[in-house]
Amino acid sequence: MFDTIKKFLPILLSLLFVIACGGFDGPQSTFDTHGPVAKEQADLFYLILWAGMVVLVAVELAIIYIYIKFRRKKNSTRIPSQTHGNTKLEIMWTILPAIFLAIVSVPVLSAIWTIGTPPKNPDVVVNVHGHQYWFEFEYQDLDVVTANELHIPVGKKILINLYSNNVLHSFWIPKIAGKTDIIPNQGNYMWIQGDDVGMYYGQCAEFCGESHALMRFRVVVDTDEDFRAWISHQKSEAFVPNDPLEKSGYDIFMSSKAGCGGCHMINGSKKAKGKIGPNLTHFGSRQHMAAGILENNQVNLRNWIRNPDMIKPGNIMSGQAAVYMDPNKSLTESEVIALASYLQSLK
Amino acid sequence: MTTIPFKLPLNIKLYRPVSPTGVWGWLTTVDHKKIGVLYGVTAFIMFLTGGIEAMLIRTQLIAPELKIIAPEVYNQLFTMHATTMIFLAIMPLSAAFFNFIIPLQIGARDVAFPRLNAFSYWAFLAGALIMKSSWFLGGSPNAGWFGYAPITTATFNPGNGIDFWIIGLQVLGVASLAASFNFIVTIINLRAPGMTMMRLPLFTWMTFITAILLILAFPVITVALIELMLDRTFDFNFFNTKAGANPILWQHLFWIFGHPEVYILILPAMGIVSEVLPTFSRKPIFGYPAMVLAASFIAFMGWLVWSHHMFTTGLGPIANSVFTLTTMLIAIPTGVKMFNWLGTMWGGDIDFKTPTLFAVGFMSMFLIGGISGVMHSFSASDYQQQDTYFIVAHIHYVLFGGSIFGIFAGIYYWFPKITGRMYDEKLGKLNFWIMFIGQNLTFFPMHWVGMQGMPRRIFTYDSGMGWAFWNGFETIAAYAIAFGVLIFVINMIKSWTGGKKAGDDPWDGRTLEWSIPSPPPVYNFRDIPIVKSLDDFWHTKQKSSNSNTKVKSKTKVSDIHLPQPSYWPLLVAVGLTIAGFGIIYNLVFTGIGIGIMLITVCAWSFEPVNEPDSH
Repeated sequence: MFDTIKKFLPILLSLLFVIACGGFDGPQSTFDTHGPVAKEQADLFYLILWAGMVVLVAVELAIIYIYIKFRRKKNSTRIPSQTHGNTKLEIMWTILPAIFLAIVSVPVLSAIWTIGTPPKNPDVVVNVHGHQYWFEFEYQDLDVVTANELHIPVGKKILINLYSNNVLHSFWIPKIAGKTDIIPNQGNYMWIQGDDVGMYYGQCAEFCGESHALMRFRVVVDTDEDFRAWISHQKSEAFVPNDPLEKSGYDIFMSSKAGCGGCHMINGSKKAKGKIGPNLTHFGSRQHMAAGILENNQVNLRNWIRNPDMIKPGNIMSGQAAVYMDPNKSLTESEVIALASYLQSLK
Repeated sequence: MTTIPFKLPLNIKLYRPVSPTGVWGWLTTVDHKKIGVLYGVTAFIMFLTGGIEAMLIRTQLIAPELKIIAPEVYNQLFTMHATTMIFLAIMPLSAAFFNFIIPLQIGARDVAFPRLNAFSYWAFLAGALIMKSSWFLGGSPNAGWFGYAPITTATFNPGNGIDFWIIGLQVLGVASLAASFNFIVTIINLRAPGMTMMRLPLFTWMTFITAILLILAFPVITVALIELMLDRTFDFNFFNTKAGANPILWQHLFWIFGHPEVYILILPAMGIVSEVLPTFSRKPIFGYPAMVLAASFIAFMGWLVWSHHMFTTGLGPIANSVFTLTTMLIAIPTGVKMFNWLGTMWGGDIDFKTPTLFAVGFMSMFLIGGISGVMHSFSASDYQQQDTYFIVAHIHYVLFGGSIFGIFAGIYYWFPKITGRMYDEKLGKLNFWIMFIGQNLTFFPMHWVGMQGMPRRIFTYDSGMGWAFWNGFETIAAYAIAFGVLIFVINMIKSWTGGKKAGDDPWDGRTLEWSIPSPPPVYNFRDIPIVKSLDDFWHTKQKSSNSNTKVKSKTKVSDIHLPQPSYWPLLVAVGLTIAGFGIIYNLVFTGIGIGIMLITVCAWSFEPVNEPDSH
C-alpha cells in the first residue's frame, strides 16, 4: 500500500500544482494586473518564483534520488564510509547561493525605489481614511468627500495619503497596487495608477476588528472625461425630494428622533452635518453599499437599515444610533422603506 | 532515610518530601525525565486543543458566506490557534525533548537546577491554564497572535480576552526564561569528561542556541506586554493614539522578539533531524562544524530581519532595502544545513523507519517554506503577499511541515528510550503518509488563494472571488491531517501500554542516551561516561564488537547522589497563577499571589537536604 502511495505522490503533487497555477484569475488576482505598480510586483514575483522553482525541483529530486538509491536493503549490515564532510563542496554550496542571491537582489532593490518613491507632481491626491469598517475618500484639492467607491482617472499618477483615527487598516487594490498599512498618527502614503478603464476590487488587509472581513471597497478607473464629470457631479448639493415617499424618508432622516444627521453628512442640508459615518450626499450614485459587500438596491438597503448588525456585526451605527439602541425608537417597517427610497434618490 | 529539619528563626520546621510515589511523586518531582514527560504530555494536549481550533476555523471557511461560527468567535479562534500552537505546543514540545534528552546526551545525572526545572514546568502549566481558561471566562483574546496595537487597547477592546493573553504570555515567558538559563548552565557545566563543545550532539547544540535566543528575545516581548498591561490596567498611554502614541512601537518590539522566536521554533526541530538522519543512515552528520556555525549565524541574523514582517508599514525604501538584503542572507546558512543533511544521507545505508520519514518530510516541506520565505523577502513584491493566505501557506510549511514534522520525528525516534517500548511501525508510517499528503493538500493551495487576493484573518468571503473551490478542498484535506494525528494518538497509547520491549539501543544509535537502559534509571548513568570523540558511543560499539568485553560497573547505585523532590516549585507557580488572575480581576489577589511567591521562594532557599543513609 505504501509503495503505491509513494509512486503516485509526486505525480499527484505536480498535478495539483498545475491545476492550481492554471486556475482562473478572480477579481482580486495579483496576476491579472492593470497598473504599473501591480505589474512591477507581479514581474518580480515571477522572477523569484521561477528561480525558486529551479532550487525546489533540484533539491526535491535529490531527496527522491537518495530515497531510491540509498535505502537500506533488507538485513543489510553495510557500514557506509564514515565521511565527516567535504570542505570544497561545503564552500561551493555556501558561495553559489550567495552569488545567486546577489544577482536577483538587483531587480528587487530597483523595484523598491520605484514603488516607494511617490510622484513629485501627482495628478490627483486622495486622502484615504480607514474606519471600522469602511473607507472614506477625500479629494482634498477638489473638495469632494465620498465613501467606499474610489474614482480615479485612467493613466494618471494618484498619490494616496493614508489616515486612521482608530485602529490599523491596510489599503489594497490587488490588480492595481500592493498594500500599504494605515496607521494612526503616522502619515503613510502610496501611489497608484490604473491603466485600464473598469471597476476593481479592494479590501482591507490588516485585521481591524470583528467585521474586518467585510471591509471592502471598489476602485473605478474612469476616462479623463468621465472622471471630471463625476467630480463635478459629486460637488453638487443634494435637494429635498419631491416624491412623497422619498420626502417622508427625508423627514425621518432629518428628524431628531432618528438622528441620522448626527453622524452622516448630506451636502446642502443644514441638519445632516455629521462626520462619523459615510457622507451620503450622492449615495444613490454608488453601485455598492456597506463597504463594497452588497449591491446597492432596495432589498439590501432595507435589510441594512432594519438591522445593520445582521449584515456587518460590530459596526458603529448599530452600537450607537438611538434607533438601534433604544427599543422605543426602533424604526417601523414603513419608515425603513421610506428611508431606503430617500437614500436611493440621492443620485 | 532520616529527615533533618531546618530551623527557621520563627521555629517552623521545614521538611522535604522523601521520594514519594504516585501523584505526589509527579507533583514534587525534580527528575528531568519525569518533567520531560509532563512537558510532553501537557504540550501534546495543548497541540490537540490548538488543532480543534484549527478545524473550527477551516469548517467556517469550507464554503463562502457561511455563518457556522460568529465573527467574534472566529477572531478568537484564529488568535488562540496561533498562540496555542506557538507558545503552548511547539515550544513546550521542544522543551520536553530538552528535558528528557539533553542530560542523557551530555552524560549528566540531571540538569543543573532541578527544582528550577520543575518550576519551569509548573509555570508553563500555569500560563497554559490562564490562556486557555479565557474560553470559559467570558471570551478569548481576539486580536491575532501578534496583537497589533491599538486594537488591543481598552478603547477598542474592553473585554477581558486581551488581559488573559497579556498575563498568560508573561507567565509563559517566566517559564521559558527559567528553563533557558537552566539549559545553558547545564550544557556548559554538566558535560561528561571529554565531551567538548565540538563533540556535543547537534540536538544539544541547537538547544543551546535556542536557549540563548530565548533569554535574549523574551525580555523584549515582556517589555511590550508590560507596557500594554499598564495601558489596560492603569490607564498608561504607551499605545493610546488619542494621546499621540504611534502604535508602530508595538510592532517593532513584537517582531524584535517575534523573528528570533521563529528560530526558537525551528532550531530544535533541525536538531532532531540532525540526530535522526545520521543514526538511520549509519553515517556521521556531514559537515558538523558547518552545521554549528550555520545555526549560530541563523540565530545571529535572526536579530537583523524583524522589519520584514513590516514591509507595508511605510518604513521607506532604505529600511525596506536593508531588511530585504538581511533576510535574503539567511537563506545561505539555511541552504548549508539543507545541503549538509543531503550530504549526510548521500552514500548512506538509510533505513526509512517512521522517524526517518518524518525527518525527510521535514526537509522537503521546510524547503518549500524556505523558498516562499525568500520570495517574500522581496519587499517590493511582498506588498502583494503581506497579510494574505500566501503567508498562511508559508508559515504552515515551516511550522507544521517543519517544526511539527521534526517534533514527530523526535517523538518516534526517542519513544523507545522514553517508554522502553517500541511504537507500531505500520501505524507510524500510515501516520506519516496521511499527515504528509494532508499537509500538502491543505497548505499548498493556500499559496494560490493568497495570490488570488484572499486576505488572512477573514471569517468569510464572497462566492464570486474564485476562492471557494480551494477553500473547500483545503478544509477537507485539513480533516485528513486531523485523522493522521488521531492515528498518532492511537499508536502512542497502544504502544506505551502494550508495545514490544525496545531494548537499550534499538536504532544502533550514535549518542550517549542509547548506551543506557530504556527507560533510563533515575540516575541515568551508573558510571559517568568518558567521551573521546563525536558519536563516541557508536565508535565504542564498533571497537567492542570484536572483543566483546563489557566492563562491569563498580559504582553502587545507593551511593549515587541525586537531587531530591520538593514541594516549592509547584507552590511558587501557584502563587504566580493567583497573581496573574489578580491583574485580570482584582489587584488584591495579585498582592496575595506575590505574597505566596515570596514566602515559597524563601522556603525553597532554606529547604533542607535529606541525608542518605549510608555515610
